[in-house]
Amino acid sequence: MPTPTHGFDPAALLQATRDPAAEETCLEVQHLNLFYGEKQALRDISFTIPRRRVTAFIGPSGCGKSTLLRCFNRMNDLVDGVRIEGRILLDGEDIYDRSVNVVELRRRVGMVFQKPNPFPKSIYENVAYGLRIQGVRKRHVLDETVEKALRRAALWDEVKDRLHDNALGLSGGQQQRLVIARAIAVEPEVLLLDEPASALDPISTLKIEELITELKDRYTIVIVTHNMQQAARVSDYTAFLYMGELIEYGDTNTLFTNPARKQTEDYITGRYG
Amino acid sequence: MTENPFGHHISKQFDTELEDMRNRVLTMGGLVEQQIAQALQALIQGDSALAEQVIERDREVNTLEVAIDEGCTQILARRQPAAGDLRLVVAVIKTITDLERIGDQAEKVARMGLRLAEQERPKTQLMEIQHLGERVQRMLHHTLDAFARLDPEAAFEVTQEDEKIDYLYEGILRQVVTFMMEDPRAIRRSLDVIWAVRALERIGDHAKNICEYVIYLVKGKDVRHIGPEQVKQAVLGER
Repeated sequence: MPTPTHGFDPAALLQATRDPAAEETCLEVQHLNLFYGEKQALRDISFTIPRRRVTAFIGPSGCGKSTLLRCFNRMNDLVDGVRIEGRILLDGEDIYDRSVNVVELRRRVGMVFQKPNPFPKSIYENVAYGLRIQGVRKRHVLDETVEKALRRAALWDEVKDRLHDNALGLSGGQQQRLVIARAIAVEPEVLLLDEPASALDPISTLKIEELITELKDRYTIVIVTHNMQQAARVSDYTAFLYMGELIEYGDTNTLFTNPARKQTEDYITGRYG
Repeated sequence: MTENPFGHHISKQFDTELEDMRNRVLTMGGLVEQQIAQALQALIQGDSALAEQVIERDREVNTLEVAIDEGCTQILARRQPAAGDLRLVVAVIKTITDLERIGDQAEKVARMGLRLAEQERPKTQLMEIQHLGERVQRMLHHTLDAFARLDPEAAFEVTQEDEKIDYLYEGILRQVVTFMMEDPRAIRRSLDVIWAVRALERIGDHAKNICEYVIYLVKGKDVRHIGPEQVKQAVLGER
């Protein structure tokens, strides 16, 4: 009797552990040290963030995860007394190089904060804001871009009939998606999300998480979250930071089922932090 | 054991839940061990009353399985365990399935004991059955021990036992077949003997499964369906 050919390999069903180093690199951190005055907030951090993946930073308060995130678009430059050593490469180029235009860097690396911060303008103007700064004037270009950004941010259907209403009239969850639409309207490569859902209700949180999953086809997403289950749900890779050090970094599946370091295990199982 | 290996969570209630779950598995294991011992005794000595008791008590084993399963589901839903905690819950869910089946096998042995008690005693095979039964009991005991101590090396040692049990089983089978050929009137009785030794042999397989869950729980490596050399590497290797 001939062997039936069902054309599938059972071994392929077993998920292999993914390695960030085996993927195309978007951001590369090399021996990064950061000091707030005398206090060292980041200690010799080196790792790579793959392109078009979701990378989550987890760790207890004060571990340096937000500080690390803010290094990627040089938000820390705005803080007094900050000293940064080491390099961060975006597409192979050091973003701390003198020749870098910080405004252009922040267009390429967009950021969304914990509390939704729409401008007190219309929904339309919020999304069009970045383009107007870039000098885009043509109405049809603005219209198209606004619609595209709102669609990608999964907000279009909810606001298409009231684009010229004030953005502050939206719910918190809608405002947060609006802010994401504003960030992606200028076609960034990277989206930095700093606790994007921690001020939202559970349903709005799930909508943001769903959005993150959709957006990763186009953007490299780095998210800081206090909510470990959220990191487990949305991210491909997870980095655990503790007291300014990168303790463990790797495949989210592995990190949450079989972490290599005891400190990671203690943190994700709720033993300290 | 004084220290709770699942302890030190910020939530003390969670510590208690995990420890409680582990204790219930060990209780279930103890009950199943006792079931096997009594089923074997009933079979060897032709003690119908004891056999009836074993059959009756299988319900307790089943009830424990359902209760522990429910506890696990609740922990998954309410605590979203991660890492070692998650592996513990998964290992427990699988372990109790095998324990419940071991319980069923003990019940089968007891039923064969009842039937054999009504027939002429098969003198020659009883020694071998007892030998196999004791070996199986020892294997299960060591399995539960490895589970209680979370000892993957001990678990690996126990998995090696299964092969010896299979060997003993084959030996008895050959012997019984010879008896059947010699005297066709012994066939009915011999079949009952085969059912009983088959049940004992299956218990060895279930015990081996549980050992594999212990290795998974402690080492985070799935060692099912791979060769003993690879299992050994997984057990001895760093996590």
